[in-house]
Amino acid sequence: MKTFKIGGVHPHENKLTAGYHITTAPLPQQAIILLSQHIGAPAQCVVEKGAHVKVGTLLAQANGFVSANIHSPVSGVVSKIDSVVDGSGYAKPAIYINVEGDEWEDSIDRSNTLVKECNLDAKAIIDKIAQMGIVGIGGATFPTQVKLMPPPNMKPEVLIINAVECEPYLTNDHALMLEKADEIMVGVEILMKAIHVTKAYIGIEINKPDAIDLLKEKSLEHQGIEIVPLQCKYPQGGEKQLIDAIINRQVASGALPVSTGAVVQNVATAYAVYEAVQKNKPLIERVVTVTGKSLQNPGNFLSRIGASLSLLIEAAGGLPEDTGKIVLGGPMMGRATANIEAPTGKGTSGILILTDDEAHRPDASPCIRCAKCVAACPMGLEPYLLSKVVAMGNYDVAESHHIYDCIECGCCSFSCPANRPLLDYIRHGKGKVMAIMRARNANDKK
Amino acid sequence: MNKLVVSPSPHVHSGLSTAQCMYGVLIALIPAFIVSLYFFGLGALLVTATSVLSCVIFEYLIQKYLLKGQPTIANGSAILTGVLLAFNLPSNLPLWIVVIGALFAIGIGKMAFGGLGSNIFNPALAGRIFLLISFPQQMTTWPRPSNLPMGLDAETGATTLNVLKYGNVEDIISIDVMEMLVGNAGGSFGEVSAIALLIGFAYMLWRRIITWHIPVSIIATVFLFSFFISIEKGLEFALIFAELQVFSGGLLLGAIFMATDYVTSPTTRGGMLLYGVMIGIITIVIRLWGAYPEGMSFAIFIMNGVTPLINNYMKPKRFGEVVKHG
Amino acid sequence: MNIITLSIITLAVIGAIAALILYAIAQRFKVEEDPRIDQVESLLPGANCGGCGKAGCRNFAESCIKATSLEGMLCPVGGNAVMKQIAGILGMEAVEAAPRVAVVRCNGSCDNRPRTNIYEGASSCAIAHTLYAGNTGCAYGCLGCGDCVSVCSLGAITIDPKTQLPVVDIDKCGGCGACARACPRNIIEVRKKGVKGRGVYVACMNKEKGGVARKACNTACIGCSKCAKECSFDAITISNNLSYIDSDKCKMCRKCVDVCPTGAILAVNFPPKKVTTPAATEPATTPTPEESNK
Repeated sequence: MKTFKIGGVHPHENKLTAGYHITTAPLPQQAIILLSQHIGAPAQCVVEKGAHVKVGTLLAQANGFVSANIHSPVSGVVSKIDSVVDGSGYAKPAIYINVEGDEWEDSIDRSNTLVKECNLDAKAIIDKIAQMGIVGIGGATFPTQVKLMPPPNMKPEVLIINAVECEPYLTNDHALMLEKADEIMVGVEILMKAIHVTKAYIGIEINKPDAIDLLKEKSLEHQGIEIVPLQCKYPQGGEKQLIDAIINRQVASGALPVSTGAVVQNVATAYAVYEAVQKNKPLIERVVTVTGKSLQNPGNFLSRIGASLSLLIEAAGGLPEDTGKIVLGGPMMGRATANIEAPTGKGTSGILILTDDEAHRPDASPCIRCAKCVAACPMGLEPYLLSKVVAMGNYDVAESHHIYDCIECGCCSFSCPANRPLLDYIRHGKGKVMAIMRARNANDKK
Repeated sequence: MNKLVVSPSPHVHSGLSTAQCMYGVLIALIPAFIVSLYFFGLGALLVTATSVLSCVIFEYLIQKYLLKGQPTIANGSAILTGVLLAFNLPSNLPLWIVVIGALFAIGIGKMAFGGLGSNIFNPALAGRIFLLISFPQQMTTWPRPSNLPMGLDAETGATTLNVLKYGNVEDIISIDVMEMLVGNAGGSFGEVSAIALLIGFAYMLWRRIITWHIPVSIIATVFLFSFFISIEKGLEFALIFAELQVFSGGLLLGAIFMATDYVTSPTTRGGMLLYGVMIGIITIVIRLWGAYPEGMSFAIFIMNGVTPLINNYMKPKRFGEVVKHG
Repeated sequence: MNIITLSIITLAVIGAIAALILYAIAQRFKVEEDPRIDQVESLLPGANCGGCGKAGCRNFAESCIKATSLEGMLCPVGGNAVMKQIAGILGMEAVEAAPRVAVVRCNGSCDNRPRTNIYEGASSCAIAHTLYAGNTGCAYGCLGCGDCVSVCSLGAITIDPKTQLPVVDIDKCGGCGACARACPRNIIEVRKKGVKGRGVYVACMNKEKGGVARKACNTACIGCSKCAKECSFDAITISNNLSYIDSDKCKMCRKCVDVCPTGAILAVNFPPKKVTTPAATEPATTPTPEESNK
């Protein structure tokens, strides 16, 4: 069984909502659409206060190469263009829409019929994807069209579809694969066409045997698509780890993943690509797993982007009394938030409600150099050393120990028996070191 | 409703704690303890109890009154130091010497460096070496193992290591390896039974408390090294000689429980292997050509000192370091 | 006897040879240095705080000696007294500079600014700041993890356990600004130190509109600009819903303190209201506010 070579951990899977059908979440009364839901420059607002918008109307235009369009997920009136306190507690620019009815743009094909044929050429496909505001919705929210246009000196050889879902608790990709297998397959074919490759691998961990069987069956009808069952190990869904696991090539430090010849896209992104290219549907809704052990009615919800967290939590039975922590995303890499009125975005893959017992971090004790973090680190770094030198402010030592290679997967903090906040320091130090390196490069160029 | 907790990711933990690691090692030491009780009786029990109790008390007092910090005895590391120190002592050692050893192990070996995690040398080892140098007479007078209830059979004989060092070929070949596997041999009471120690090793591997790298590299090095230097006396002799080197003295106890101490051993796989190989070589060099019949303690002690250097030069293999295309 | 003599001779010979080698090497690799560098360095506090803008005290001493004038050279910790001595050694004119002190521009104590969640990450303001807005409703206020405390080489800042805010000891603070650089939210400012450490400043950094700021904290600056209108010295400016008092222009009349509706302006180290000090510079008619000793 294939898997990546270095490090990794086995957190409890806790896939409480595995096999749950996708249910449609209620429409919000007010949708708040952040202008920055992707990596890169925030989109530029193109509507004015008081404007009537339909589902799919362009609200904000990509601002630069690495940026993405944002479309209205609801129909109604733009009530204000202001800032909103997002999950981090900071105010971010956003568009407020008061929802009236559910009227869609006429160009969007809302039928369920599968459209297999795609007659567009690669350029047209990529343009369409950019136009529809598709981003990597596995969590990183990197604009998809950018990944499909690698630098001219790098030629993609294969497409890798990330259906690993190695984060504990999350089941949104799993649910999507079970219900939209045909559409995903067409989406994968479109992506293959866009980057001119004839081979695609779909990597799925073996904890989803039903999805593996279903997609294997579907893949018989599609040429060049191969399903690769993977051993369960976190962080297999990391782009670099997945490339290593499937085609046994390692991305060099600082290089683009495409330098190995592989372009990686999330399985939900493939579905979004299908909808965008074949159905003219912009990225306005996504599957969000709302889960937690004390939640009454956890599930996989098809939710409009811009709905508040509280709306989805309400749909899952309301916030339990013993809630201790709310995490946006999975427990390994997700962000904790204290603001349940924050809006969801394109990258909100899950809402995890941890009970008060699960929420607290145990007190940290001194490092005993057990090296469990070294063994766990999938990038082959020395987390105990990095966190120590960052805490002391020795950023040059941190740089010489390759802190910039850290993918912030959390395996080190997860495995530390002394409960040290290793990743907290490393993430901070990584930011500092990258800033120092950028400043130095800018200086060298002068 | 409670106030929500906010922290950076990850939000889950493996559940493993420092205390669990320490108690895991203690559990792995139980078979060896039972064997030593069987062969050395009350003496082994008394020495262990004294050692553990004094280690815990010294750590508590130093932590509370000298370092003015929160006492950390609950994490089990002082208990472990106490047990390991005791296992490296003869069962008939006067108890006051045990207390001195415990004071040195905890006071100088551990707390003087700043407590758990900051010490350079394995505290139990520091205590044992201190006692070995200060009380050579008492430390090398081992009672013959017997299953008498009191175990105070004061008759002492040449240990296997003495025979290996000074004895002739016939003496060496006549040693019963089986007895040594079980533990019916002279020596510090925790180190005598190879089988019990190996059971502990298997347990720690299963619980993933330690990895195989250090013990296996030490044992393999000792075996191969002693095999090749004695091969001139015949293949059969060399095999027995190498086998005896592995099973005698404190080698297994040291390789499995002392050299693998987290704080004082290297952090990377490559470093662990280098560390193990060096311990093996130094042990045999001291055993055969040094002043002492046993070199394990000194070998580990020396390599403890080299560990920071190993950590500095032996780095883990990074992702993408060897870029494969093909 | 013979052995003892022999050992003594051997040791003496080894010692002599070693001394010769050392001497030769020391001569060969000697670095000529201006002896005044050592003299100047010995005058400096030796905290290596970097407040002068140089990489430590020795570096500052070197630049003093290279400089043609002491204009703009100030050891903020040693202050004018030290600079005068340095000027004496170098035979230059000392340039007087006003003493400066670090000021914490946040008054969001637990009473004024209720805690809304629990932070459990690594205890570092920089880490908490990048993670989220903090454990209160204010995204601009003090996070209370004490990054300023750990960088202060003079031990002048402590976190008050009751208010969970940093407190600057004006007697120890040399105004080097290490804390101001460490604060991820720029809450700490190095300001002109008034007589006896007096100072008037806006203890708030919240740039939100008045209502939002006030909701987060009882003593937030709401940017109402009453203080700016009251000020007769043009010392107060309002930008981004936030008032700022320029310590170089402020005459410490404390009129602004009285008109502030939220008590966001603090006047510190003034004598209590009832005691009239003849040395006081403010007009006798100005009443001293109750906040003056907060």
